[in-house]
Amino acid sequence: MKKLYKVFRQGLIFENPLLMLMIGLCSAIAVTTSVSNGIGMGLAMTFVLLFSEVIISLFRKLIPSAIRIPIFIIVIAAFTTMVDLVMKAYFPDLSKSMGVFIPLIVVNCIIMGRVEAFASKQNLVSVIADSLGMGLGYTWVLIGLAAVRELLGNGTLAGIQIMPSSYQPILFFILPPGGFFVFSLFIAFNIWLKKKMEASQRTKELAAKKEAA
Amino acid sequence: MDLMKIFLLALLVNNIVVMRFLALCSYIGMTSDVGQSVGMGFAVTFVTVLATAATWPIYNYILVPLNLTFLQILIFILVIASLVQLVEFYLKKNVPGLYSAMGIYLPLITTNCAILAVTFENISFKYNFIESIAYSVGVSLGYLLAMVLLAGIRDRMKTSPVPKFLQGTPILFMATALIGIAFMGFSGLIK
Repeated sequence: MKKLYKVFRQGLIFENPLLMLMIGLCSAIAVTTSVSNGIGMGLAMTFVLLFSEVIISLFRKLIPSAIRIPIFIIVIAAFTTMVDLVMKAYFPDLSKSMGVFIPLIVVNCIIMGRVEAFASKQNLVSVIADSLGMGLGYTWVLIGLAAVRELLGNGTLAGIQIMPSSYQPILFFILPPGGFFVFSLFIAFNIWLKKKMEASQRTKELAAKKEAA
Repeated sequence: MDLMKIFLLALLVNNIVVMRFLALCSYIGMTSDVGQSVGMGFAVTFVTVLATAATWPIYNYILVPLNLTFLQILIFILVIASLVQLVEFYLKKNVPGLYSAMGIYLPLITTNCAILAVTFENISFKYNFIESIAYSVGVSLGYLLAMVLLAGIRDRMKTSPVPKFLQGTPILFMATALIGIAFMGFSGLIK
């Protein structure tokens, strides 16, 4: 249980796909002009990640390693198609505002990377923990980015007016350069957080060693 | 005239990297050296134009008459992946000079989202074949332009004092944000 929690936690901060591994960036910056887009994209991504990892983990002993990449691509593309069609049918507005980025989940390096590095080697339970951790790690960054950008650039959160009406929205944050700007600060913050956590862990270990001595 | 408009829109106004955030993985990963970024840029240009030339007829003459358009994602990614493989075999055998120049970039291109995005957009914008080719050339040269710009900036950055909390990747995104502001100046270029 503890091991599963550790796998799950990896994706949230230490190996956060967006902030630490720097993969799957395209959709993350592009759709985060509003919080609802961020949530939609995060959930779509988590869904595809979870099911592709589960399927590939179940069949990992049957897939010949020479042709594993094409097989992975077909599995991922199948789940992406499902998400795309479901979004178009039930959330047409959301699907329209995200445009080409839903079909592009298929070439998102996070999924390919996790499937290749993790799901093709591990059993079902730890794969579920890993995919949920990575998916939520992706989703929280998306929601965080979107919250900052929507609040400063539009004065709203998920469409609800938050800032007082006298607030003059800073359009910069909604425009593309603003996305890069906020994302850059997010990475800097995450690197700082990681350093801080590692340092506190080290002092704890040192203290434990001293006590033992 | 219309073709020129499509080309310039794709190249400058809606630049694929700095204005539309596509292909960021290779944009960050492959720009540590100017020569490398030029190689990657031309390899992407080559494959994007080929992929457009292959997927547009497949969609309009095979998928549409058979009512199979919902398989678009699956078929396009397979076509691009196998196309990249074929190009690699062909270059290796017949044009070894070109292969040694851009061979190492080819496997990376399969998962470059810019190419897949271009092939989808040719369909959703309802471009005809010639317009699709113009669009794909514009987009991929825009990618090349952004790659070379960032690679040049990274060269200069090696000797400049970067604020401590921005060292590493954060400063790259900061630089991209500034390039983006410059590119926004192009937005009035085309009416």
